[in-house]
Amino acid sequence: MVRRTLVLLAALAIGFATAQGELEIFSWWAGDEGPALEALIDLYEQEHPDVEVINATVTGGSGVNARAVLKTRMLGGDPPDSFQVHAGEELIGTWVAADRMEDITELFEEEGFMDAFPAALIDLISTDEGIWSVPVNIHRSNVLWFVPGNLEEWGVSTPGSWSEFTGETCPALQEQGVTPLVVGENWTMQHLWESVALAELGVDAYRNLWTADLAFTDPSVIAAWETFGDVLECTNDDASGLSWQQATDRVIAGEAAFNVMGDWAAGYMVTTLELTPGEGFSWAASPGTDGVFMLLSDSFGLPVGAPNDDNAREWLRLVGSKEGQDTFNPLKGSISPRLDSDLSLYNAYLRSAAEDWANDVQVGSLVHGAVAKEAFMSEFATVMEIYLNSGSAEAASNAAQAVANQVGLGN
Amino acid sequence: MRRSDRLTAFLMLLPSVVLLAIFVYGFIGRTAWVSLTNWGADASQALALNPKLEFVGLANYDKLFTSLIDTRFRQDLVNTFFFTVFFLLGCIVLGLGLAILLDQKVRFEGLFRTIFLFPFALAFIVTGTVWRWMLQPRGGVNVLPELVGLPRLTFPWVTTRQQVWQFDWNTIPAFFAGAAALVFLWLAWRAWRSSMRPRAAVHAVLGLGLGGWALFGTPGVTLLPYSETHGFNVAFIGIVLAAVWQMSGYTMALYLAGLRGIPEQLREAARVDGATEFQVYRHVILPMLGPITLSAMIILGHISLKIFDLIWAMAGADNATTDVPALLMYLRSFRANRFAEGAAIAIVLLIMVATVIIPYLRASLKGEVER
Repeated sequence: MVRRTLVLLAALAIGFATAQGELEIFSWWAGDEGPALEALIDLYEQEHPDVEVINATVTGGSGVNARAVLKTRMLGGDPPDSFQVHAGEELIGTWVAADRMEDITELFEEEGFMDAFPAALIDLISTDEGIWSVPVNIHRSNVLWFVPGNLEEWGVSTPGSWSEFTGETCPALQEQGVTPLVVGENWTMQHLWESVALAELGVDAYRNLWTADLAFTDPSVIAAWETFGDVLECTNDDASGLSWQQATDRVIAGEAAFNVMGDWAAGYMVTTLELTPGEGFSWAASPGTDGVFMLLSDSFGLPVGAPNDDNAREWLRLVGSKEGQDTFNPLKGSISPRLDSDLSLYNAYLRSAAEDWANDVQVGSLVHGAVAKEAFMSEFATVMEIYLNSGSAEAASNAAQAVANQVGLGN
Repeated sequence: MRRSDRLTAFLMLLPSVVLLAIFVYGFIGRTAWVSLTNWGADASQALALNPKLEFVGLANYDKLFTSLIDTRFRQDLVNTFFFTVFFLLGCIVLGLGLAILLDQKVRFEGLFRTIFLFPFALAFIVTGTVWRWMLQPRGGVNVLPELVGLPRLTFPWVTTRQQVWQFDWNTIPAFFAGAAALVFLWLAWRAWRSSMRPRAAVHAVLGLGLGGWALFGTPGVTLLPYSETHGFNVAFIGIVLAAVWQMSGYTMALYLAGLRGIPEQLREAARVDGATEFQVYRHVILPMLGPITLSAMIILGHISLKIFDLIWAMAGADNATTDVPALLMYLRSFRANRFAEGAAIAIVLLIMVATVIIPYLRASLKGEVER
């Protein structure tokens, strides 16, 4: 697939090399997420009919394949005009640190983005030297999904803490032959871990982990790993073979009671499974994280040496605009980070998420690139495997600390 | 050869020599160089347009073999070892078996040959995807017994975390020394039989020395300051199954060619001497297939050492229980941006493949010159 896309890219590059005015957008939005991006591109083409837009996508969950292709292109000195990147360390620690991005502070000021976006989000895409990307959406990581009718039937309610989950909810469900919590492949385990860690450590300690003010070998973190282990006792044993969609399917099918996943799961359940939010499925903040919004955000930046710098800036203006965001997000199944977004365009889940976004405490997600540099993020998968194989909270904590030291986490 | 012929030959070869020199050996050299630098250790240089690299010697290799987190790399080496052994064994036994069956002058031989050879025509990525579906714990082969009224199987295939035949990483030198000791003792015995006394004595001393060193726990060598458990990941059974399914037909074709190369007179002669059909195979045919077995082992061996796409399709890249060095190399380089460490893994892989291929190339080149 990657290769085909590359061949296609090469063909396109040759084909359009002579045409005036083009814009190459690099992202991992294809399949279910494709229509949202296409709607945004249509809007751009309406405004700029003379510009040829090249939609370069490389598929793969959470952009893992796209980022690999992007890196080879950037190292080869062939940047696209604008590329998708998670706000936070994935942007700052990888591209800004390597001096590959253009400062777009001026654009933010011209377009009034400084007041349109919450200050906490602008912090995530800024350094002392400037602002480096335009956020297009917000997803929430710490969401617990379930089917309300099923919970009633099994006589359980949504747990308010992980100790309540492992102590009461889990045995009650296991007695009835229901998987209490369904998880999937490695990254979905990490996804669960960040929700558990946030609940067990609390907001301040969770933040301190990423600034190296709290060591992974601290007893509180080891205790969080132990809670995570207790939670895993309540999960399915064929996890590593399941994608996140298959995990969601088990909740919908009534084989499992709960699932912790980001709110793209709502997009999947509404669009692909055609369920009504609140009836076919429902949601709560993951246990112990009520009032905290663990965020991740996709954004577009402007690489140094973009072939069509001016067109790319126009693109960024559109991406950050109210019209652009309210066109894109209802289709994508995410909310707009803008404080003035038109909520009547969004479904019930997204409206509730937008309300939380405005009122909750915000922290960044580890797995989705917000709080830790890629070197740590990637090795955290190995830390998770060490935990899953050894079952030892100490071993996992030591390994996590070893990685943190090695990559200089928090510097 | 005339002079103008030589010139033509030289000119004809020149483009491919130049291309090989740059795109194969040049890049091997560059990878080796990168593996000796710190590329990726500093985030501000990792993806810079012109990264400044510093020479760090063998630090990346040292890290792979000693650091706590790289226990994953060491398990990958163990995985590769077991995968190679079972993959080779499966392909050779099955391939030879099929070849011998087809050699019995069966009807529709051509048809069967094609059927057995077909999987080889698929890409590993296709094989991997198909087998991923078939080995889903809740479907595929696990529900097959239901067709005949038996309970379904519950084996979790590639999703299992079970590990068997566990050993301590620190005992590896002892294993190697023990294996070398056995080889030396065998050589000594051979030399003794051909009455080469001095040589036999030398080999025997070496063998006994190494054997003793291995038995006493290889004093003087510690790979890690703590004990680290590795073993055979049961999840690999599914991977081996898919790989053998794909490559055993090809092995069969190799053996079939070998069998067809054995003159009928030799078999006849053996039968006239009173050999049973089993003895014909045991004493005449199998020994003559030795070179074929060697070729098959080399070809399959280098495939198994650099296997990547099959596992990518069957289990994904993140699943450490089914990880191999080639996958880790990809993750290190393109996800973690630690290019120097990725390059070091690449060089370790290159050395492993080279130890398989180079002796074979030397032997076959020498053979050609003598011919």
